[in-house]
Amino acid sequence: MKKVYSRIESIKGNVISVRATDVAYGELAQVTTRFGVSLAEVNRLSDDIVSLQVFAGGRGISTGDEVRFLGNPMRVAFGDELMGRIFTGSGEPRDKGPALHENLIPIGGPSVNPVNRIIPREMIRTGIPMIDLFNTLVKSQKLPIFSVSGEPYNELLARIAMQAEVDLIVLGGMGLKYDDYLFFKDTLEEGGSLQKTIMFVHTAADPVVECLMVPDIALAVAERFALKGLNVLVLLTDMTNFADAMKEIAITQEQVPSNRGYPGDLYSQLASRYEKAVDFADSGSITILAVTTMPGDDVTHPVPDNTGYITEGQFYLKGGRIEPFGSLSRLKQQVNGKTRADHRAIMDGMIKLFAAYRDTLEKKSMGFQMSAWDQKLLKYGDLFEKEMMDLSVNIPLEGALDKGWEILAACFEPQETGLQTKLIDQFWPKKV
Amino acid sequence: MTNTTGAVTGVNGNMVSVRVKGAVSMNEVAFIIVAGKHLKAEIIRVQGDTVQTQVFEMTKGIRVGDPVEFSGEMLAVELGPGLLGKIYDGLQNPLPEVAKQTGYFLEPGVYLEALTRSTKWAWTPVASAGARVERADVLGTVPEAAFVHQVMVPFTMFDTYTVKSIKPAGEYTITEEVAVLEDGAGKSFPVTMMFEWPVKRAIDCYAERLKPVEPMVTKNRIIDTFFPVAKGGTYCIPGPFGAGKTVLQQVTSRNADVDIVIIAACGERAGEVVETLKEFPELIDPRTGKSLMERTIIVCNTSSMPVAAREASVYTAVTMAEYYRQMGLDVLLLADSTSRWAQAMREMSGRLEEIPGEEAFPAYLESVIAGFYERAGIVRLRDGRTGSVTIGGTVSPAGGNFEEPVTQATLKVVGAFHGLSRERSDARKYPAIHPLESWSKYRGLMAVDSVAWAHRYLERGAEVGQMMKVVGEEGTSIDDFLWYLKSELLDAVYLQQNSFDVVDASVSPERQQAMFSRIVRVLGSSFDFKDKDAARSWFNQLRQRYLDINGIEWDTDAFRKADADIKAFIDERVTGLDKKAARIIESLE
Ligand SMILES: Nc1ncnc2c1ncn2[C@@H]1O[C@H](COP(=O)(O)OP(=O)(O)OP(=O)(O)O)[C@@H](O)[C@H]1O
Ligand SMILES: [Mg+2]
Repeated sequence: MKKVYSRIESIKGNVISVRATDVAYGELAQVTTRFGVSLAEVNRLSDDIVSLQVFAGGRGISTGDEVRFLGNPMRVAFGDELMGRIFTGSGEPRDKGPALHENLIPIGGPSVNPVNRIIPREMIRTGIPMIDLFNTLVKSQKLPIFSVSGEPYNELLARIAMQAEVDLIVLGGMGLKYDDYLFFKDTLEEGGSLQKTIMFVHTAADPVVECLMVPDIALAVAERFALKGLNVLVLLTDMTNFADAMKEIAITQEQVPSNRGYPGDLYSQLASRYEKAVDFADSGSITILAVTTMPGDDVTHPVPDNTGYITEGQFYLKGGRIEPFGSLSRLKQQVNGKTRADHRAIMDGMIKLFAAYRDTLEKKSMGFQMSAWDQKLLKYGDLFEKEMMDLSVNIPLEGALDKGWEILAACFEPQETGLQTKLIDQFWPKKV
Repeated sequence: MTNTTGAVTGVNGNMVSVRVKGAVSMNEVAFIIVAGKHLKAEIIRVQGDTVQTQVFEMTKGIRVGDPVEFSGEMLAVELGPGLLGKIYDGLQNPLPEVAKQTGYFLEPGVYLEALTRSTKWAWTPVASAGARVERADVLGTVPEAAFVHQVMVPFTMFDTYTVKSIKPAGEYTITEEVAVLEDGAGKSFPVTMMFEWPVKRAIDCYAERLKPVEPMVTKNRIIDTFFPVAKGGTYCIPGPFGAGKTVLQQVTSRNADVDIVIIAACGERAGEVVETLKEFPELIDPRTGKSLMERTIIVCNTSSMPVAAREASVYTAVTMAEYYRQMGLDVLLLADSTSRWAQAMREMSGRLEEIPGEEAFPAYLESVIAGFYERAGIVRLRDGRTGSVTIGGTVSPAGGNFEEPVTQATLKVVGAFHGLSRERSDARKYPAIHPLESWSKYRGLMAVDSVAWAHRYLERGAEVGQMMKVVGEEGTSIDDFLWYLKSELLDAVYLQQNSFDVVDASVSPERQQAMFSRIVRVLGSSFDFKDKDAARSWFNQLRQRYLDINGIEWDTDAFRKADADIKAFIDERVTGLDKKAARIIESLE
């Protein structure tokens, strides 16, 4: 039986300390206050002083409250019963279902041995041309959506989740607005995907320490399912809230901040989560799609900046559309060579012309004269934005490629497109 | 293990404090015993009877009071035949063997032998009985991949010895005795083909360090021609995320004209190592005709692997590089990314509560970075041969801003700077090395003043480009406009290079010189165009022709034909040639 301690030595922010012995680093404890019982995790040991971060926060904790060590680190229940369920950041039911305490698995486990990884090889179809055609999402990729707050990033995330052909969706919500939480729930329910979804949701109203648990819990569960052969899509929104929660704890514990208050290990912390994305050679996979909101639309802000150094590209959401510039899927070349013969050519060709259109727009805004070529580009850019970039467009890759040729044919002569003659002969729409 | 004992007194992240009974030394390896597992750690501070250690594993589960053992040795790597082709973690754990033992995941506390014990090597003795030898003198050789691997007197034996006996030619494993050495006092030392060396000490068994002058050819035009690297030199590649640092290093690791390449994947993505891992065994090294993997060692401590081992990984890599240099070989060490290594230091410094410097990096950041790059160098060995270690490190500056501490500290010590720019990578101008910001202190394939002459076109072209943004094409004179077109041509067909095209990906020095001379001719020529549109259209055509020829194999009829066609195409338009350009062309013939 574990000992119970009833004297709290210090309370600083969400971190308390007690004098105790035989406690393991990372061990869980229960803190009983007059507001109820909360979990807490050991995050520092120094002789007999044990520091714990309290999931429910430090507010209202009294020095006489009870701390009981549980003898184990943070764990989460695992099994098929999780499907369709919704939990909090500490793994308690958020829906009306029963609490699960069977078959507990540890979270934050070791990383995959690099030699056991394989080169990614399969495309994930989303029905969004700006992704499928221009920046293909690949199974086992880790990719964030960089976005200013106010953009429809959660809508985009939900839509990809609904359309992607995966076996399981694990949603990790961090600092989610309650409305957004309901939005995800309703959308997945209406789309009939709720049964293949597991949600771990920390809302903006919940205590901040719980936010820190969400990625690890979501990924631990995803990893187990992937090892059982499932292709899992993990959605993490919003990782900036996760980073801010880390910042808060670090400052409470008087760690020297490195950049705008964030702790020096921000990169390692984010990487250890994102690197959970994997394709197990003879089993399932984990693909991670995350949201990183950029304070002040600033990509150099520490959170998007560190994220960009970790992930395999990013989708840049701006003005309600995925921007072709700044967006990048670093794994696309692994798959877009074997989709359709014109895929790479259309991808490169259309983007080059779109870049020329943007230049023309700039010239136009500066009052320079528009040549005949400029006029063609203006028409092209307009069509491209409406029929490719608009997020309401929902067509399979092949349809998007056909559409691409149509747009080109509507605006240019074949030789103006810079595309290979061989492809033009095969794909250029015949005049009727 | 020594007699010193200890017990854990505190845990903070990957720093564990230990109270010790007995003697310990700085940087000594200790093992924390947790639930039967031995977790490797390194002593990084000693204060009275308490030491701080950085643990090379996750620290979850460690308790105050857990026992600690001390090895008496500093963190060291095994040196001997069999390193080539291996894939190690930051502590020289062989990852494929680890995978066999633990499966998909890296379990803590599993440390395997770095060198395979069972392999038999074909030994040829070199030293004979009675010979006087010192550390690093050659005792015998074994063939390893395409090289003659020299088995040397262990670098850790600091005396002068007499060879008492030496094994005859035959097959031996690395743990079998191949010689017995005797010191002045008559004490005997059995020697095998392997020994250990502490990673944080530079190997210094050479006669003298020389000045790096010979170019280390990367087969990358912008590097070899404009910002060259010398054998035994150092260079860095800073750049924002996605600018192409890793791709540039990957191409270099394939094409560099050196004997051995050591890749240190330090705190970056595991997926990137996988590409190298899977592709290198399939690729043929044109120098040796063997697979590229056989000249490569990968040290891989990716971003989700324990941070303290990341700090060690660059030292593990450079120590193996120095070892092969000692055999008279040219070794290239590529580290991606040194910023992750610096961040590992920062994390530990924070936990030690040291007074932080800029952006919370420790005050000793500069000297540690300098110390690492100082381990590069071309050296003359005691028998007259030379060997070199060249170090190229990527830097990942926060926010892509080169004013940050790691970039600045690195720029102070390296000999060449290949700065990647977001602007160029966004425009898909690869490699995105910025031609106006980068520099090199080394001599390249071409004479310095020839290169400077061509570089002038880039500068002037950029000025005109800036000006045109304000006044438009209409307001630009045709002369200025020509500067601009010429600089754009040089950029598009010479500075940019398609890493994914089989031919263009690697350009031999010979071909670089030939193409440079062709481009110099265009740059230095005067033309007579009736207007800017005519000039632009002509230059566009020329660009297309050069891009095409860049994809045609060198020294083939197809190449010669395309080359002659381009010459004719240019001849039609040229009205004169600048004198300096003529001299450069002559010098390149
Ligand atoms: N030489 C090149 N040719 C074509 N594409 C390139 C080239 N270099 C880089 N790229 C493109 O840019 C992407 C990012 O390149 P890379 O991974 O080398 O960037 P990085 O600078 O290492 O980024 P990070 O700091 O995030 O690791 C690649 O996936 C590829 O799509
Ligand atoms: Mg990289």
